[in-house]
Amino acid sequence: MSLAGTPAVNTAARSARSGRLPLTWLGVAPFFVFVGLFLLLPTGIIAAGSLGDKDGHLTLSNFTELQQAYIIKSFLNSAVISIASALVGALAGALSAYAVATGNPRGTLRRIVTSASGVFAQFGGVTLVFAFLAAIGPVGLLRVLLQDHGVDIFPNGVWLYDMSGLTLIYMYFQIPLMVLVFLPALDGIRPQWREATESLGGTTWHYWRYVAGPLLAPAFLGCTLLLFANAFSAYATAAVLLTQGGVILPLQISNLFTSETGQAQPGLAKALALAMIAIVTIVMLLYTLLQRRTSRWLR
Amino acid sequence: MSRSRRIKLQVFRGVVFLIMGLFFLGPIAAMFEFSTRGNSVIAPRTLEAWTNIIKTPDLVDAIIASLELAAITSIAMLVLLLPTMVWVRLRLPALYRVVEFLCLLPLTIPAIALVVGLFPISRWMRINLSDSILMLSFFYLVLVLPYSYRALDAGLAALDIRTLSEAARSLGAGWATVMTRVIVPNMSSAILNASLLAVAVVLGEYTFANLLTYENLQVAIAYVGLVSAGTSIAVAVASLLFAFVLLMVLSFVARPRQRGARAEKTLAPVQLVPPAAGTR
Repeated sequence: MSLAGTPAVNTAARSARSGRLPLTWLGVAPFFVFVGLFLLLPTGIIAAGSLGDKDGHLTLSNFTELQQAYIIKSFLNSAVISIASALVGALAGALSAYAVATGNPRGTLRRIVTSASGVFAQFGGVTLVFAFLAAIGPVGLLRVLLQDHGVDIFPNGVWLYDMSGLTLIYMYFQIPLMVLVFLPALDGIRPQWREATESLGGTTWHYWRYVAGPLLAPAFLGCTLLLFANAFSAYATAAVLLTQGGVILPLQISNLFTSETGQAQPGLAKALALAMIAIVTIVMLLYTLLQRRTSRWLR
Repeated sequence: MSRSRRIKLQVFRGVVFLIMGLFFLGPIAAMFEFSTRGNSVIAPRTLEAWTNIIKTPDLVDAIIASLELAAITSIAMLVLLLPTMVWVRLRLPALYRVVEFLCLLPLTIPAIALVVGLFPISRWMRINLSDSILMLSFFYLVLVLPYSYRALDAGLAALDIRTLSEAARSLGAGWATVMTRVIVPNMSSAILNASLLAVAVVLGEYTFANLLTYENLQVAIAYVGLVSAGTSIAVAVASLLFAFVLLMVLSFVARPRQRGARAEKTLAPVQLVPPAAGTR
């Protein structure tokens, strides 16, 4: 009976399916329309706009203009801040993650640290800047308290509004992010590997140099890249902290694109935005590749 | 582990937790201190900055606008994303990777770059549709896509939606019933998770609002900060506390129920989403 029934069911199903095919696709239409209008269209506008001049003629001049000194300068500033905050954040975050990973895996401390990291990693922008101003700003609590004891944290001017201040503030979301993304890799390290090293006569140095180090290296590198991308694309924090515009790349984009000063260069802003997207995409791809490599031994 | 090494490890952990605790809690404590400060550090404590919040109409408007945006964005996210994801899993599995790719795409496009492309669209919408700040929710929906997608995807992965929906359909349920009475109740924690993430992202958003010249909560805080630091820091503390509570709720909801290692594996990636660049 089932044999006899199958072809009939099949043809019925097939005709129904081919008849319903457009309807099936209709189910995902709203999503694709939305993504098309608000994600792909703007990306297309950036790409197309970067190739046009003020009158809409096709030109590559926007990209040659990227070589101007002030843009190169803001690019270098961005790179320095992102690399510094990624490296320091990755190291501090990895140490914190190690301190967590060596504790009780089901303990309260671990739960608090991971929850808090999730919260702090999302923290940024206006609120974060205000928190640091309240702490170590010119009239901040710590600053005033230290001053009362004769310690001046700003002997050569207030560095908080500077690139070093920005890097310090970025630590506030970089370290927790590192804890979140690096902890799974540390959890993948088995205590048996250390015991095996010891039973073969290896020291702590041997263990880190030949066992744990090489295993953790791709994960560490990948997470550092993620932190780099994170700092590189950050805008709000710098926009609130730095009164002087154009110091880093995101500020340069907003400078070029808002026409408050009448100096708006939309084409150049788009070329810069496109360059930024390209850099972040490459970094995130490398991060994904390294994460994939890590996940091979993580399970 | 030898005794001396264990002691060394405990000392190391203590030092790390102490330093990190100070670095992370210090600035927040300083904000509290600042928001209750009188004319100087030694002046008596006052709540003036806090009561000033409601006396500043700009702030009140911005707070209301941001809360509305958060609500609209998270509801729109669920309405747009959940049926699509269920439909793709059931009927169009070939599109699974495409949808995933599109949803995660905003992670590689910095908000400050995306806003350059959104600007002409926003201008068109302001002229032809509405000038309301609530139009921002269209753009915020893009920002929350990756986070909400991962949260919902983890929830769906833990369910056998094919069997569930076929069972419901064979009992005569329509697709609407399948969605609202079978799938949604079975993944309530993932839905809550996705919504809370969306709310947190929207409440912290500054880049889009500032550059598209809308005054949301964060823009208003920055603006008021130029005039009265105390009041704006008080709002900042309040919004921070609100976000903390939300995200703390999230982290406890996200923790798997005691259903064994499988559930833990599927839910873990939610935490691994790189955080929202839009809030930076």
